[in-house]
Amino acid sequence: MSDIATRVKKIIVDKLGVDEAEVTTEASFTNDLGADSLDTVELIMEFEKEFNISIPDEQAETITTVGQAVSYLEEHAK
Amino acid sequence: MELKRVVVTGLGALTPIGNTVDAYWAGLASGTSGAGPITLFDASKFKTRFACELKNFEPTDFLDKKEARKLDRYCQLAMIASDEAVKQAGLAEGNFNPDRVGVISGSGIGGLITFQQEVMNFAAGDGTPRFNPFFIPKMISDIAAGQISIRHGFRGPNYSVTSACASSTNAIGVAFDLIRAGKIDVAVTGGSEAVISEAGVGGFNAMKALSERNDSPETASRPYDKDRDGFVMGEGAGILVLEELEHAIKRGAKIICEIAGSGASGDAYHITAPHPEGLGAKNVMLAALADAGMNPEDIDYINTHGTSTPLGDGAEIKAIQDVFKDHAYKLNISSTKSMTGHCLGAAGAIELIACIKAIENDTVPPTINHFTDDPELDAQLNFTFNQAQKRTVNAALSNTFGFGGHNACVIAKKYKG
Repeated sequence: MSDIATRVKKIIVDKLGVDEAEVTTEASFTNDLGADSLDTVELIMEFEKEFNISIPDEQAETITTVGQAVSYLEEHAK
Repeated sequence: MELKRVVVTGLGALTPIGNTVDAYWAGLASGTSGAGPITLFDASKFKTRFACELKNFEPTDFLDKKEARKLDRYCQLAMIASDEAVKQAGLAEGNFNPDRVGVISGSGIGGLITFQQEVMNFAAGDGTPRFNPFFIPKMISDIAAGQISIRHGFRGPNYSVTSACASSTNAIGVAFDLIRAGKIDVAVTGGSEAVISEAGVGGFNAMKALSERNDSPETASRPYDKDRDGFVMGEGAGILVLEELEHAIKRGAKIICEIAGSGASGDAYHITAPHPEGLGAKNVMLAALADAGMNPEDIDYINTHGTSTPLGDGAEIKAIQDVFKDHAYKLNISSTKSMTGHCLGAAGAIELIACIKAIENDTVPPTINHFTDDPELDAQLNFTFNQAQKRTVNAALSNTFGFGGHNACVIAKKYKG
């Protein structure tokens, strides 16, 4: 697992209070990990903070699974 | 319309001298001070460096980690105390109609710690807004009522009452009226406050409202003492389950006591100073007595607002003497803030619980930390100094006053069928 994936997973476990094992690449924040709309906004903010980037709203809306978050961040993280 | 009778069937408390109702009462009856150096933040540069904080309290002992993180401390306290009260009341599926259970909470300020943290984060940044999406729903002063209703599925009237330090007493008054009027069967009510933070202590310090007796925190809250120098900030929650009498009997609930009446008034005088003759305080006690259909002679114990400030304590005593005349000398009077500190918006509910336990135990909790008589106060009055006193307590009155000139009063009495 890439360093980015590890950091993403850690944020998700911490913020959503889920088991590490549940945080699979395919897992959807809302359908599988119990996030509501505010949790999702918070996750994006935490990714921005952790990776020191700004994720535009229209892009943020397309990040709905763990895998999508990891790919986006691998591409954009500084 | 005939008014319904209202009884208390559940109590919950989180206080600086005990984290359950039983522990709180044990602290009250033994005259324990809840004051100590501030641990919740670095207060080394503050004029006041002590407060009445909760002891050995971990929110995650009661709430799951994910849930706790989304709640301001004030709301965590309300949730935990309401769990205790609802459990004692024995409200269980099938023995109540959730549409007829209201939640009326009170908080003077709301989530000040959350507000402070979010603004400090913003100020430390480069101007880019990075506010947490939970900032507003954590901070707003009504969210405790919402969260309690979600936790227990209570779908009746749901809102909060804000009147500074009178908030939880006003909230109880509203809940009482809703049940009396037959609009709901049960109410979870009371309040909570948690503002021991830089902004909270700094703000009250700037008003010169807080005691600065840093060399002796545990004796700083000394209502009616000649050398009192301000209040000691406390934090906590007090929650009551109020219930329509017939409803309580029908489901076999244990009746703790009856709520006899309540009152509310305004000083219309000054934002923070009490009316010098205690006019608003006098009116609110008269209103509560009239509401209860009781005479001054029916009251055995008054739990005063008595915050240990030079002006406030005297004005309230004047008002008591105006209302109770000669009977004032037969009353027990005490300020349990000498032990708990001033829990601000939660104070009224926490102190009404003290009154209810006094009724239950026929014991009046003391005003601790009395060293020197104040020559301005009538020494013939019984302030219950330093030690609890045994006496029959048929009825007790709880006064609570808030900045803005808000006065609120509730009378509880033994339930006698």
